[in-house]
Amino acid sequence: MILTRTIALRLVLGVVTLFVVSVLIFVATQALPGNAARAILGNTATPQKVAELESQLGLNRPVESQYLAWISHVLSGNLGHSFVGMNQPVTQVIGQPLFNSFVLVLLTALVSVPISIGVGVYAAVKRDSLADRVITGGTVALAALPEFVIGILLIVLLATQVFHLLPPVARPQAGVPFYRQLRELVLPVLTLTLAVFPYISRMMRASTIEILESDYVAMARLKGLREQVVIWRHAVPNAIAPAVQGTAMQLAWLAGGIVAVEYLFAYPGIGSQLLGAITERDIPQIQAITLILAAVYVLLNLTADVITILVNPLLRTGLR
Amino acid sequence: MSLPSDTVRRDLPAPGRRRHREGVDLLKAALSLTRTRIGIAFIVFVVGVAVFGPYLAPHSTTQFVGAPLRGPTSAARLGTDFLGRDVLSRVLHGGRSTLILALLATAIGEVVGIFFGTLAGYSRRRVDETVMRTFDVVLAFPAIIFVLLVVAMSGPNPWYIAVAVGLTHVPAVARVSRGATLQVVKRDYVKAAEALGMSRLAIMRAEILPNITTPMLADLGIRFAYSVSIIAALSFLGFGLQPPAADWGLMINENRIGIVTQPWAVLTPIFLIAIATVGANLIADGLTRATIGLDRSMKAD
Repeated sequence: MILTRTIALRLVLGVVTLFVVSVLIFVATQALPGNAARAILGNTATPQKVAELESQLGLNRPVESQYLAWISHVLSGNLGHSFVGMNQPVTQVIGQPLFNSFVLVLLTALVSVPISIGVGVYAAVKRDSLADRVITGGTVALAALPEFVIGILLIVLLATQVFHLLPPVARPQAGVPFYRQLRELVLPVLTLTLAVFPYISRMMRASTIEILESDYVAMARLKGLREQVVIWRHAVPNAIAPAVQGTAMQLAWLAGGIVAVEYLFAYPGIGSQLLGAITERDIPQIQAITLILAAVYVLLNLTADVITILVNPLLRTGLR
Repeated sequence: MSLPSDTVRRDLPAPGRRRHREGVDLLKAALSLTRTRIGIAFIVFVVGVAVFGPYLAPHSTTQFVGAPLRGPTSAARLGTDFLGRDVLSRVLHGGRSTLILALLATAIGEVVGIFFGTLAGYSRRRVDETVMRTFDVVLAFPAIIFVLLVVAMSGPNPWYIAVAVGLTHVPAVARVSRGATLQVVKRDYVKAAEALGMSRLAIMRAEILPNITTPMLADLGIRFAYSVSIIAALSFLGFGLQPPAADWGLMINENRIGIVTQPWAVLTPIFLIAIATVGANLIADGLTRATIGLDRSMKAD
């Protein structure tokens, strides 16, 4: 009962957050005086032209009615029409990039989560050994590096200078299924993996250490179980739960983290699309993409919260 | 780069001399750790390059010294960039913009964040809830998307960039300082100040602020590293400083096309950005460890 209420409360909060986010995006891109029309026409436009375009875009209507028109269109799946090119619907323009980014994030999750968990557990088991110290020290340094720095270092190492193993760009051909072009995706996926790895493995290490010191692990050892069994059957399943929230948060971070990485590898995803839209001052696209990315971010963080509530018995029964 | 927010739970000693001594003890403890020393060496090096670099540069940033994208020669020790300008000179000039903007952004984030954090921690429940919920909304944007949105609308103006990056820090800084404030407000000296009839703002400034500096100090390095990352990324994406400015992030972007024949034009700025962010993180890590260690020894007392 309390459990459903807590989760329902989080969901409501998530919806409210998304509403405020949509207002913020709208105000920033459209409602601020002169912004949209001036952004499209550039600084050299005459006031007359600006006024003309403003009335054409409906910018001279009251802000609330502009917002309501926009958000009701968004909710019915109509993201407006792109300003540039063939005046296509935004939903059509961003469909393929959105799918490409989804593939990138999915592959990153599939690669990074098991590796990070494995390394975290290993460091915890070998606590304070040389291997552990190298891993913890390495994660501190790796966590500090911006993702595009990691990406360029990987390009130099694996594509252009030291080894010539992989292509330095990731431009999948249209019409060819992505699993036939996995080689192109190795470097971007590796870059994003190294970017999220430090946090997940660090959390996994901390929670595993805590579990390994618990009474029931001592009990399992006293029963004479093999250490491997103690670790993988008794400790790890319980240590994963607290790390799940952090993992979901890291995957949420990818909603922003993909931008620089896609740009670096010229990968035609939603991040590259956003940068292009900003350069071309295509307001409907900017609105749609930032709204989608913020929504993904909010949803993944919400998932993290709900998982935390579900796996934590104290929160679950409201005894906190 | 999102960071798990630490819940700060540490007992802080009474103000005055004890407070001063704790600060010194903390710095000493942090300095005894190798990672802190390496971090300081890194930061001193990068700041040194940024501050003194322009005086040491053999050429100006716009002077053409040779054919484009050539490797190191005696005239251009790190080779030439995509237009034939001296990479070394541009690297020596290119640190100031990034570091100054990052410092500014960090300062904005810390000041605004600490103000709202202490306000939330030292307020009645309703204000507290309102402030923290508002920041949850700001947190609903991935930082780089928020900054890109601002830049998309305002154009690549350095002041707006610093403010936008600073604002992305506010929720995290507020959360840390709120946690620290909650530990302080229960103390007798805060109650005493309240009994004396001091205003809430005066108490925040005179009693609470000096006593939350220790946890904030450890957070500072992380914030700075994060600022450098975002500002360099923005330049790299072409939305920071504009050509012909010499700027590390911009240099990486401009010279990327020549990475096969002239990697130094890309690797040198990459290396300096990495040194700055890793250095700041190592110092933060050392300070955090020292704080935990101090807590342990204080409990043992």
